[in-house]
Amino acid sequence: MVTELGHFALILAFMVAIVQMVVPMVGAHKRWSGWMAVAEPAANAQFFLTAFAFGALVWAFVTSDFSLRLVVLNSHSAKPMLYKISGAWGNHEGSMLLWVLIVTLFGAMAAWFGGGLPPSLKARVLAVQSAIAVAFFAFILFTSNPFLRVAVPPFDGQDLNPLLQDPGLAFHPPFLYLGYVGLSMAFSFAVAALIEGRVDAAWARWVRPWTLAAWVFLTIGIALGSWWAYYELGWGGFWFWDPVENASFMPWLLAAALLHSAIVVEKREALKSWTILLAIIAFGFSLVGTFIVRSGLLTSVHAFANDPERGVFILFILAIFVGGALTLFAARAQAMEAKGVFGMVSRESALVVNNILLAVSCFVVFFGTLWPIVAEMGFDRKLSVGAPFFNSAFTPFMVALGIILPLGSMLPWKRGRLGRVAWSLRYAFVLALALALLVWAMQTERSALGPVGLFLGAWITFGAVIDLWSRTGRKGSLRRMMRLPRADWGKAVAHTGLGVTMFAIAGLMAWEVEDIRVARMGEPFEVGDFTLTLEDVQRVQGPNYYSTMGFVKLERNGRQIATLNPEKRDYPVARMPTTEAAIDYRILRDVYVVIGDRQNDGSWTMRTYIKPFANWIWAGSILMALGGALSLSDRRFRVAAGARKTPAKGVPAE
Amino acid sequence: MKRLVVILMLLTSPLWAVQPDEVLDDPVLEERARELSKELRCLVCRNESIDESNADLARDLRLLVRERLVAGDSDEEAMAFIVDRYGEYVLLKPTTSGANWFLWLAGPVMLLIAAGVGWGYLRARARVPAGQENAALSEAEKERLRQILDE
Repeated sequence: MVTELGHFALILAFMVAIVQMVVPMVGAHKRWSGWMAVAEPAANAQFFLTAFAFGALVWAFVTSDFSLRLVVLNSHSAKPMLYKISGAWGNHEGSMLLWVLIVTLFGAMAAWFGGGLPPSLKARVLAVQSAIAVAFFAFILFTSNPFLRVAVPPFDGQDLNPLLQDPGLAFHPPFLYLGYVGLSMAFSFAVAALIEGRVDAAWARWVRPWTLAAWVFLTIGIALGSWWAYYELGWGGFWFWDPVENASFMPWLLAAALLHSAIVVEKREALKSWTILLAIIAFGFSLVGTFIVRSGLLTSVHAFANDPERGVFILFILAIFVGGALTLFAARAQAMEAKGVFGMVSRESALVVNNILLAVSCFVVFFGTLWPIVAEMGFDRKLSVGAPFFNSAFTPFMVALGIILPLGSMLPWKRGRLGRVAWSLRYAFVLALALALLVWAMQTERSALGPVGLFLGAWITFGAVIDLWSRTGRKGSLRRMMRLPRADWGKAVAHTGLGVTMFAIAGLMAWEVEDIRVARMGEPFEVGDFTLTLEDVQRVQGPNYYSTMGFVKLERNGRQIATLNPEKRDYPVARMPTTEAAIDYRILRDVYVVIGDRQNDGSWTMRTYIKPFANWIWAGSILMALGGALSLSDRRFRVAAGARKTPAKGVPAE
Repeated sequence: MKRLVVILMLLTSPLWAVQPDEVLDDPVLEERARELSKELRCLVCRNESIDESNADLARDLRLLVRERLVAGDSDEEAMAFIVDRYGEYVLLKPTTSGANWFLWLAGPVMLLIAAGVGWGYLRARARVPAGQENAALSEAEKERLRQILDE
């Protein structure tokens, strides 16, 4: 019953979306305020109907309603409750429903918080947003309906892919989707502005929070995914340059570029047409990401349900939206003449360089991801493009970005002097260089990776501190620093996060220690400074799996630090084994232990890693997201341009 | 497809990457073997190097790499030996031969183009006569300003 109501609500939402796509757009064109006003209640109705449909699906998963095809395929009555809920989006149909739910949520938020927008712009934004929703409603209803029943319900389900039964992965897709779909808002604003024919500081002030929110969610989503890969896949890799990872990384890079270029539009009314183009392309890449995951064009871990027909449908959506928007852009871009004037050395030009580096690095990732297909179709060569390529082709851009970041972020608007900025950063530079040289002298390997990473991380971090301090005026004081606008704090925190992540990645790659051996019961062995002893191996039963659990004593200088329990799990229903690494998390290093197979003489193969600064990768990501959130809560967004009626309300995402 | 994934998982998971019995006694040779393994793709996996992969085929390749190194091959000779037998699909880092120049040059060329366009834009911005900066309000803006002032 609930399922049928959910299905019905979904169809109704589709109808409402069609109305919301057409009526306000016509109204805005003809200046009929009644027609324009349809957008707001329609956006609300659309959101609540979709939320109901999604709720009905979650309900079916929670109650293990095995008359629903999707539940049979992806759930099991013995599964823990958290994974019953997350199972609702751990599959193609459900994840598309979550996607469209978020589209409608953002549409509704634009209706709630958009009180200060000019009425015609608001109507157009909501109409464009609704057009996106229409496309995805049609996609769900016609190609991947989650509410299909089975004629003869089985007694139990086939269980969710065990790799997905994990807290990190339960929340990874919703965050990623909030990010992807958040960019749809920037897209809607860009298209609406093109139709409207005007882009100004107020427009940028509206677009920036949405982009910022999308970027924050993408950061969290990507970090969760990489953290999951780190502890779940069993060898402690955190980034594989897998096509699907790239699909989420490209929008992240472009969203980062967009939120920087929107600053220039907001403060200086320049870079307008570029910002519009970037907003269109960024959402385009979100769609490309969806296409890559759903079509099975590039095989990957994430391809849990793909099907060429669905891929073609998404390609069609992509072509219509991005093609249409770009055509509109070509026709209207001339109208956006820039106003601001600035010198060659200025904050504006630094942000242009930031955009060039981010956009070109995104292009490199894009080209590398698609090259195997191009080479096969165009040149008849079957080849692979993997991590070693991306590491060498992508990293230089990030190094360049890290070097100019502190300089650029301190340059004044309009016209600046590079020498003066460089002088004020002298302490940061000397300190970073000293640290790098110290580490270079201390390390045993002769690789430059670690010291370079440390230099960049320290340079960016100290640069952010000096930047913040310099804002307190000639006589800096802590109290004045605390009272700086949140946007300044957000900038410093997010940049520091980037520095921390850069350092952590370099440090981990440069200084990791690995040990592979056959461990005998009770016989201690040394890895780095640590002594490990395999004391016992037991068979343990979990809620829906059996586990072979090792008990490993971890000691340092004769003192026990921890007992680690690496596991090998076997999920009988899904018939899939997984390895669960045991990790002793510490600030400066992780000790990472994986247990393998039993040998004939009763010993076990074991892998041990010492992973320095592993946590810092995700700490840096959290700092980046926190910086974004701080910036988002800045007063000037709460009191958004022209928002006279709405009292200081937070922008979503907090 | 789903069944294929499951089969692959069944095939691959009980074993795992670099086994203790594969490790060479000579640490220098072993180190070289590990470096080479990181650049070779496991043919039956999704985007994994043979160094990371659990599959039997990856193990065979790892052993082959070590065999060649023990036989006295240089890194290049060992790689060439494997590419001759398995095709360039095994290379995770594509060569710079033929059409692959597009791949390797795409980034630098795009950077040059972008830098050129950016430079042109900045020059144009820097040269706009100063008077134009505070351009007068458009008619629509004047209208809106009047409205606000009237309220």
